[in-house]
Amino acid sequence: MNDERCDVVVIGAGLTGLAAALFAVRRGLDTVLVGRTGALGFASGLLDLLGVHPVGGHTPLEDPWQGITALRADQPQHPYALIDNPAIERALGTVLAFLAANGHPYITRPHRNQTVPTAVGTLKTTYALPCTMAPGAMALARRVPCLLVDFHGLKGYSARQIAATLAGVWPGLTPVRIAFPEAHGELLPERLARALDTVPAREKLVAAIGPHLGEAAAVGLPAVLGFYHSPAVVAELQQGLGVPVFEIPTMLPAVGGLRLRELFETALPAMGVRSLWQQWVDGARRLPDGRWRFSVAAPSGEQHFTARGAVLCSGRFFGKGLHADRHGIREPLFQLPVVQPPHRADWHHKDLLAPEGHPINRAGVAVDETFRPVDGRGRLVHDNLFAAGTLLAHQDWVRQKCGSGLAIATAYAAVRACAALI
Amino acid sequence: MQTQVLIIGAGVTGTGLARDLAMRGVDCVVVDKQDVNAGASGGNHGLLHSGARYIASDAAAAAECHAENRILKRIAPHCIEATGGLFVAVAGDDENYITDFADACRRCRVPVMAVEPKDALEMEPALSRRLIAAFAVDDATIDPFRLSLNNMAGARQAGGRLLRHHRVTGFEVHAGRIRHTRLRDEITGRDLFVAADVVVNAAGAWAGTVAGLAGAPLPMRCSKGTLLVTQSRLASRVINRLRRPTDGDILVPGGTVSVLGTTSARVADPDGVYPEIDEVDAIIAQGAAMIPELATSRYIRAFCGVRPLPGDGAAFADGDGDDRAASRGFLLMDHHRAPERLANFITITGGKLTTFRLMAEKTADLVCERLGVVAPCRTHCEPLPDATTERWTQPGLAPAEWWRRKAGGDLLLCECEIVPQSTVDQIVAGLGALGGRPNLNAVALRSRIGKGPCQGTFCSQRLAAYLYDRGHLAGDVGIEQLRLFLRERWRGQRPLLWDLPLAQAELLEAMHCGLFGLELD
Ligand SMILES: Cc1cc2nc3c(=O)[nH]c(=O)nc-3n(C[C@H](O)[C@H](O)[C@H](O)COP(=O)(O)OP(=O)(O)OC[C@H]3O[C@@H](n4cnc5c(N)ncnc54)[C@H](O)[C@@H]3O)c2cc1C
Ligand SMILES: Cc1cc2nc3c(=O)[nH]c(=O)nc-3n(C[C@H](O)[C@H](O)[C@H](O)COP(=O)(O)OP(=O)(O)OC[C@H]3O[C@@H](n4cnc5c(N)ncnc54)[C@H](O)[C@@H]3O)c2cc1C
Repeated sequence: MNDERCDVVVIGAGLTGLAAALFAVRRGLDTVLVGRTGALGFASGLLDLLGVHPVGGHTPLEDPWQGITALRADQPQHPYALIDNPAIERALGTVLAFLAANGHPYITRPHRNQTVPTAVGTLKTTYALPCTMAPGAMALARRVPCLLVDFHGLKGYSARQIAATLAGVWPGLTPVRIAFPEAHGELLPERLARALDTVPAREKLVAAIGPHLGEAAAVGLPAVLGFYHSPAVVAELQQGLGVPVFEIPTMLPAVGGLRLRELFETALPAMGVRSLWQQWVDGARRLPDGRWRFSVAAPSGEQHFTARGAVLCSGRFFGKGLHADRHGIREPLFQLPVVQPPHRADWHHKDLLAPEGHPINRAGVAVDETFRPVDGRGRLVHDNLFAAGTLLAHQDWVRQKCGSGLAIATAYAAVRACAALI
Repeated sequence: MQTQVLIIGAGVTGTGLARDLAMRGVDCVVVDKQDVNAGASGGNHGLLHSGARYIASDAAAAAECHAENRILKRIAPHCIEATGGLFVAVAGDDENYITDFADACRRCRVPVMAVEPKDALEMEPALSRRLIAAFAVDDATIDPFRLSLNNMAGARQAGGRLLRHHRVTGFEVHAGRIRHTRLRDEITGRDLFVAADVVVNAAGAWAGTVAGLAGAPLPMRCSKGTLLVTQSRLASRVINRLRRPTDGDILVPGGTVSVLGTTSARVADPDGVYPEIDEVDAIIAQGAAMIPELATSRYIRAFCGVRPLPGDGAAFADGDGDDRAASRGFLLMDHHRAPERLANFITITGGKLTTFRLMAEKTADLVCERLGVVAPCRTHCEPLPDATTERWTQPGLAPAEWWRRKAGGDLLLCECEIVPQSTVDQIVAGLGALGGRPNLNAVALRSRIGKGPCQGTFCSQRLAAYLYDRGHLAGDVGIEQLRLFLRERWRGQRPLLWDLPLAQAELLEAMHCGLFGLELD
């Protein structure tokens, strides 16, 4: 039977788990990462820090840091209230530097959120933009006349829809539909992105767009511009067309998240993280000496890891970090206490878009200031178990637009506390 | 606008009446504050009753159901699946009701045949092993959307008109006649006046409110019922619990799914009703006694409707006040003979989906008498034509067409229910003939879009993008359309969000709120 030792096991490989593994290995911990990539495979690649506060207030935040300070005062149980701004900044800085070093630079503005158009023609407020989307924020800010390109066969993405919907705030958007070079029938975003990693496809795309350019001072395309080499693809299109080129986030599954996933999956093992991708921790037991013993159902048979500490980054219902039946919500791996509304009738509002958000989205695992799960009376459940990410209670990342920031900041704080302990 | 007959309400009754009148050469306009089948006709079980359910509470209604069941199977077979039905009792059910059942059916002339429990289990393996009695009856299922859309298409062919999104807000009464009916266009907010020789109130559970606008008192009770759709079809026949009607005692197949229901709860107002979580739990608990699998099945949608029950309840309800025991017969009211003495106002309400044709016939007879038109009813013998643009609500139909014609460029907009662009084109063409601009909910109403396990996460935006591409949507209306579409789907998802559907809902919210920010202004 396969049995290995390590300092820390990170459970779950969504953005939280990936960031936690990065922080752990940087701190010199012998790290094992087990899990599926989950929601990240669906995400846009935008990194939100805090876009809305208070929820229901409707105006996106200009300065996310000020917003976090206000949030901390208004909602002392919010996970952001357990970390100070400098630590959040350090956490984000580490991840952004890591992404840049691995070929995917992100653009931030000091103390400012940024705004980009989306595939449905709304404006999305976020913090860090992939460099391939950044010229879009600039073009929007200056309302420059743009050509919006889409492709025959790419469902759910209509340049015409975006242009028409935004016409009131951003006149001068001209939609055009072209055939994607050498593709027919239904187009899948990931395939287009991989095709554009090759030079000939990019040249053909430039040639196809060129005749439509007209007076346009920038060109917006769906976020399919390259898979591994998107910054180079965008730079080359820019050079070929002579104007800035930018990506617009599509509906999911979006390429932006897949790019991040690939990047982490390549870089983390190279840094020494022992990674069990797409595998599942199906048992957790504490040994008499206090260490954790985890079993992982691997195709090669059951595998075991004994660790001095663990960071649970298992996500919510979509990631299976939480499970609900008709009678209540459970955390399935450690049976941790879950903060939740008393009755199922209180889980969701009758209106999907109720401004205040659904109470169930604030359900989750509650932690103390060292990110260790606590029970209803605030007592520690285990002294060497930490939790981070969207699994945590008292936050609503969807409505607060803080998904990635929450993932990264709480992963940082949990790993910091775990390292201090072991 | 001028017409011979104005019909208020585009449910099965109003659209059925429109076709009947049109076939007799009478000019009519149908108006609905929302759309076709926005009321009870879009929120029911789709059971074409054999009559057996009403043998104890209402023998006359039972006999009517039986007669109409036969007629509809003949004239509208494309809207009906002749599944047959079973009435089943499990250990603990009322022995007296079981013993009397067959005789009571025969007294109402409702055909019935005893089935050995072991044979019943062979016919329907999902039934409980605790089965103690079973009877076969002539129940069938009927697609109320296709029915109403076809009736309306038939009426339109003969010159009838439909105004969607027009609400009746008042009547101008002069010398005992309604001279004008005031309508408000719910989209533009503009008023419109219709001058009609006769006005028919076919507003279902809203009939009391509409009559009130004309100063005609019409007490109505509103009885809400909730229904659940399972992800797969659990039985091939209609399964009824063999006992007095109560919660969660009927399972009706519908294409690839089954529909479990229902409940009966008095509500003050037919608007703003939702399927509630306690109702869902009650229905599942009751249903599982008959079909154990229902306790663990995956449910994809809940919905509810409000039964129009004429009367204030005193004369109808039995001792415990259960509206289910109330008469399912219909009310045809000639307001000329009522104290308000309105010469050209008629109300038709109550009844059932199963008896809509009969209700339309009796109403049309009265309307024709008032107009001095002499023409017999023909809806009981003349087949209901199947209009292609109105066909797409049938589960499995769009996929079949798509596979048959699979053209390279015809992309699937709804991957769960296999609805391609070409189907949407046909629906849009049908809507265009009504003079309306298509919108997401109107297309959803006329197709299976958004009715699969993805809960509309993906097809909503795919449909919006497509409608923009084809020039059917313009400006920024798409945002509001997406909101309305997702909200409408949500009503039916919310009570069923646990296990996988909850995870799906989380993904939906991540995309539509997290990324697109649809909850923000
Ligand atoms: C549609 C969509 C849109 C998004 N848009 C944005 C956006 O605009 N801006 C933004 O900042 N972020 C966005 N996000 C990303 C989101 O913020 C991040 O995905 C999220 O913050 C990270 O969550 P997480 O890692 O805590 O959980 P998850 O991503 O759910 O990851 C948890 C992982 O743990 C795994 N797991 C659970 N239990 C076990 C176990 N026992 N063993 C092994 N593995 C396990 C799960 O399978 C899952 O893969 C979006 C996400 C989605 C889905
Ligand atoms: C839960 C449930 C299950 C049922 N199951 C079955 C079954 O299995 N079999 C069966 O035979 N029957 C069943 N029924 C009964 C059947 O559905 C109804 O009797 C039938 O649909 C009523 O049709 P209608 O056209 O009279 O009314 P509705 O369908 O309610 O139509 C009335 C219309 O009037 C419109 N309206 C209202 N006010 C205004 C206004 N001011 N201006 C303009 N328009 C207005 C509404 O928008 C609505 O579309 C069920 C009913 C319910 C509630």
